[in-house]
Amino acid sequence: MAKQIHDTPMLDQLESGPWPSFVTGLKRLAKDNDMMVDLLGQLEHSYETRKGFWKGGTVGVFGYGGGIIPRFSEVASKFPDSAEFHTLRIQPPAGMHYSTAVLRQMCDVWEKHGSGLVAFHGQSGDIMFQGIRTDKVQAAFDEFNEMGFDLGGAGPAVRTSMSCIGHARCEQSCYDTARAHRDIVNTFMDDMHRPALPYKFKFKFSGCPNDCMNSVQRADMAVIGTWCDDMQVDQAEVKAFVASRGRQYVLDNVTTRCPTKCIRLKDDDTLDVDNRNCVRCMHCINVMTKALKPGKDRGVTVLIGGKRTLKIGDLFGTVVVPFMKLESQEDMDRLREIAQNTIDFFAENALEHERTGEMIDRIGLVNFLEGIGLEVDPRMIDYPRVSSYVRMDGWDEEAAKWNERKAG
Amino acid sequence: MAEMRPPIESGVPDPFQYMHPMLRRNYGQWKWHDRPRPGVLHHVAESGEEVWSVRAGTQRQMDLYTVRKLCDIGDEYAEGFVHFTIRSNIEFMVTDKSKVDPLIAKLQAEGFPVGGTGNSVTMIAHTQGWLHCDIPGTDASGVVKSLMDELHAEFIREEMPNRVHITTSCCQINCGGQGDIAINIQHTKPPKINHDLVGNVCERPTVVARCPVAAIRPAVVNGKPSLEVDEKKCICCGACYPPCPPMQINDPEHSKLSIWVGGKNSNARGKPQFHKLVAAGIPNNPPRWTEAAAIVKKILHVYKKDAKDWERMADWVERIGWPRFFELTELPFTKFHIDNWRGARNTLNASTHIRF
Repeated sequence: MAKQIHDTPMLDQLESGPWPSFVTGLKRLAKDNDMMVDLLGQLEHSYETRKGFWKGGTVGVFGYGGGIIPRFSEVASKFPDSAEFHTLRIQPPAGMHYSTAVLRQMCDVWEKHGSGLVAFHGQSGDIMFQGIRTDKVQAAFDEFNEMGFDLGGAGPAVRTSMSCIGHARCEQSCYDTARAHRDIVNTFMDDMHRPALPYKFKFKFSGCPNDCMNSVQRADMAVIGTWCDDMQVDQAEVKAFVASRGRQYVLDNVTTRCPTKCIRLKDDDTLDVDNRNCVRCMHCINVMTKALKPGKDRGVTVLIGGKRTLKIGDLFGTVVVPFMKLESQEDMDRLREIAQNTIDFFAENALEHERTGEMIDRIGLVNFLEGIGLEVDPRMIDYPRVSSYVRMDGWDEEAAKWNERKAG
Repeated sequence: MAEMRPPIESGVPDPFQYMHPMLRRNYGQWKWHDRPRPGVLHHVAESGEEVWSVRAGTQRQMDLYTVRKLCDIGDEYAEGFVHFTIRSNIEFMVTDKSKVDPLIAKLQAEGFPVGGTGNSVTMIAHTQGWLHCDIPGTDASGVVKSLMDELHAEFIREEMPNRVHITTSCCQINCGGQGDIAINIQHTKPPKINHDLVGNVCERPTVVARCPVAAIRPAVVNGKPSLEVDEKKCICCGACYPPCPPMQINDPEHSKLSIWVGGKNSNARGKPQFHKLVAAGIPNNPPRWTEAAAIVKKILHVYKKDAKDWERMADWVERIGWPRFFELTELPFTKFHIDNWRGARNTLNASTHIRF
């Protein structure tokens, strides 16, 4: 039996309604947990005053420079038992699969050392074990670590990554996202656990251009599956789809929604695809999940520089590798090399607290490509330069390079 | 001192040990899928094996009793394996079709809404807020709980024109990300500076460098080294607050909510797009943020009524144009909607393409 619970009239209002209530969960924990009694008190205090009361600090585990998010209360005199309420960021398995056995084991560890509050998952993909005292952090980490789990990233470091469900349960997945996630990110554990980069660096792995991991906007390096041959069309299934939904539905929702108008419905209720003009947007495949599929010659597009608002405004990633295979160990090694070159260049050239996208904005894409050893490609741009204000006296050499590569 | 245990730098765990055996068996061998009802995905493998995934909403911030309850359900109906989506929904994989309906009934009975698939309003992507962040302008879990209570009917159905991804962010860094609808903090006053603390707490050159509009400069105030803000230049973004907590940006009255529309990350149809400002000045009003919820519901109502099948919010607005969006949603159009940040000229209408 824990100490007397604080009155929480505002939070109480979040216990009603059809959506699961985190407040009810917090109260369940507070029944025998003084830390959660005071956490509820502080949260109610935030609701009353409309202010936050946590400050950072320095808390870590032996051998690592990051991964724990320290939180010390600024109102600890009122709520002493939640004076320290740190978070352990733990990297999830690729694709976020769990056995109930491992979840129960996690709960037992967290019940023993922490608050009992956990989030699946944070915006970077971490399992966030929220609420632990400084003196218990090491013991909790040791137990999670012995289970096969490792701390994630925090601060100016390579961050925890996410991959979509991919090959595990999706016919649209164009590469093995789980394998790439582990192969690439596990290369950079030193850069994750010992923050020494100019700022954060995020990888994300989406199996197809639907980009379920939001990688184009959230990752410094987005690896998105695609294909370079013709998409797969099962014409018998196309006919069945037309028969069940009607021609008008297919015209309105499949062919007219194609961004390059490369797909046509024929008089015999089959589809004709101009694959050279298909931009692999996924729309028609999303509508006709049984009849249409990505092609068989699959690989990835790599985009660099996506990020949120701070400091120069939102940026999407930019194509730096239009297509590469990602099947053999050599393919994976090549992707790892591009990632390593990017992080090395970032470490040397970015300003403090500058993301890769901002660095590219400042120095120009061409300087970045030269820095990491990639050739220019027209698939990296929407359209060529519109300003004549540029010095072009190396034109002949550059044109010769292109012709040589084309002949290559 | 006792010997410290060195960490095992194992990195990302191998998922195969935690993956449902049916998914493991058919890894990379899936053929097609459909959605037999809202909240259920049905996948068929090349081998002919079939799996039904039942998706349910969670509160994301879960107490361990909730996690254990979900495990009990997973053991009883789904062979002891689960999967989480990026939006904190949980999925139970079922290999016996006859178990799907009992599983749905069980989840509903335990208070977990089944849905979030296809053209529904799925769970809101959210951040930490007052519960755990060190710089929050508002709460996250409470905002999301309030909104999902209001949008529950759209979570459990698939009746929107296309999927709706909503995000929230409790400061202007926008950890919540792009959304069809994004509800974000928007500060409206410059930081309040505690000059007694700045000199000791903040690394001043770092703070000066952090400002996106170069509005911060070193100063001596009351004989102490501090920082001052050119309030005419200041855009009230709060970027100075994380590296310098004595520059308090959060204000119970003047930190407002803003609503943005039309963001998407998918490449389907059009290219990915950023969300655009549609409403601001909304009070940050716990515990249920009713003013923000009312605007979100109004936008969703108009979108549901006016958009065509498969149009995401961005596709719909592109077809009808922004003037019609403001007309249909009855939201005021102000000078603040006209961008003046870098690249802003590209957002202006340089043509006579105008709808009447």
